[in-house]
Amino acid sequence: MTQRMPRRILVGALGVLALALLWELYIFLGPADGVVVGGLTVLPRASEMAMPHLWVMLERALDPVTGSASAVPMWQAVLAASLFTLGISAVGWIVGVTVGLALALLMQRFTLAESAILPWIILSQTVPLIALAPLVRRWGAQIEFGAFSWENWMSVALIASYLAFFPVSIGALKGLGSPDANHVDLMRCYAVGWWKTLWRLRLPASVGYLLPALRLAAASAVIGSVVAEVSIGLRGGIGRLIVEYAGAAGSDPGKPWAPIFGSILVGLVAAGFVGLISLFLRRFRRGEVAA
Amino acid sequence: MTTAATPVQHAVEVNDISRVFTGRKGASVTALDAVNLTVAPGEFVSLIGPSGCGKSTLLRLIADLDTPTSGSIEVFGKTARQARIDQDYGIAFQQAGLLPWRTVAGNIELPLELHGADKAARRERAAELIELVGLTDFAAHYPDQLSGGMQQRVAIARSLAESPSLLLMDEPFGALDEMTRERMQNELVRICAETGAAVVFVTHSIPEAVFLSNRVVVMSPRPGRIRDVLSVNLGRMSDRGENLREEEGFFHSVSRVRELLHGAAPTGARGVETR
Repeated sequence: MTQRMPRRILVGALGVLALALLWELYIFLGPADGVVVGGLTVLPRASEMAMPHLWVMLERALDPVTGSASAVPMWQAVLAASLFTLGISAVGWIVGVTVGLALALLMQRFTLAESAILPWIILSQTVPLIALAPLVRRWGAQIEFGAFSWENWMSVALIASYLAFFPVSIGALKGLGSPDANHVDLMRCYAVGWWKTLWRLRLPASVGYLLPALRLAAASAVIGSVVAEVSIGLRGGIGRLIVEYAGAAGSDPGKPWAPIFGSILVGLVAAGFVGLISLFLRRFRRGEVAA
Repeated sequence: MTTAATPVQHAVEVNDISRVFTGRKGASVTALDAVNLTVAPGEFVSLIGPSGCGKSTLLRLIADLDTPTSGSIEVFGKTARQARIDQDYGIAFQQAGLLPWRTVAGNIELPLELHGADKAARRERAAELIELVGLTDFAAHYPDQLSGGMQQRVAIARSLAESPSLLLMDEPFGALDEMTRERMQNELVRICAETGAAVVFVTHSIPEAVFLSNRVVVMSPRPGRIRDVLSVNLGRMSDRGENLREEEGFFHSVSRVRELLHGAAPTGARGVETR
């Protein structure tokens, strides 16, 4: 594993490089007006407006956001927005994972709960985010007790958790039910109760199912945050920047790309965090290696 | 057995039990029908018979992993359920059933850990058992690093962890190759002699049953019944060794069991096959 690590990093870097080369190659070879077949554009225009060179994007990121004297370099603005969104995604992820796990435990414990809840869990993901965002915002605005008042970022985090809980509940349910009949029998022979069986058998056995679910949940939480920021109209995050900077594309083609890379960065950090968790839980994935 | 004052207590006492599985559409399968069996303390009893004769079902009933439709089971004078709760038996299945995320030592310690033994006691007991099953160099290995035979030895060590007076074994060597199997049988004989535990042993193999047992219970299928019980007089556990497999008495018992299984004496009974 340690031997292959540098190799994997190298292959990864080569992949990114290949993508960059492909981009530049198309700009070089592609017709400026795109390829149109029977009135349909099948290949995009390769003009400087539509597809700016990579170095244009990079240069633009280093320049100030606007012409005003107080403007910070764009990369700084994007980084700040990325951190903001990352924070909201993290809250959404934690809430989503907690709720997902709780639902999975409930469904594992009571068969009745599984048949009652599972269809609703699946149905919940068919509700479009854009329909949900204004509702959450409106309901949230009515919540207020004492010093606590609902803020818009909480609505965004809630929507992120709404996307994140789904893979966790499904993955955890499958994982908790994954021990062999043999192992379950053994626990019964040892006359231990549900909680001990959960802790010693079901939870460790579910790790192999849980980790991909957590990774999926992290990606969903990031996407949920970015989209919900736009639908709710929360300022300060990367979602807002994407919309804002896209408006400038006509005169400033390099500008919209910076927040897009920012959102990729958020996704990478989120995935990396889950990767770190899986490193600590490596022992519990041994079964997957066994013949 | 009706007199309460009997000083000798059976390890296992199965009284007239039946187990009927009801399937869908009301179709029912009688897995066991009016079965009676007693196992004395320290006695090694094998259950043998074709697939579907209910031998595994009988073992599961004794282990209280399943409940009989009628009849009663006592283990050391208690109900099967109470015996399970009191951890009066150790159990091993055909699949070793080790937890893949625990080391050999960790797997053997599992029952002790679940029942609240302290760390030092657990360590000591695990080390003892690892030595008993000859895996001293593998204590820190994980199950996926072991061969099938080694995994099964760990499972047997685990079943012995709490020094039970009764061992329930469901074809523990069924998935092993012949050579490993014979070696494991030799080891089991030695372990039983050392621990003095009674054993109920489910198997498909006639030589295995004869080699290991004091008594062989021959079962027949549909419905699962005990056809006959054969006493094997091949000497004490501690005296049984590799040479036993070559002895006249061994061959004789093997053909007797085979006759009972097939219901008639087959021709050329002396041509003993190893399985």
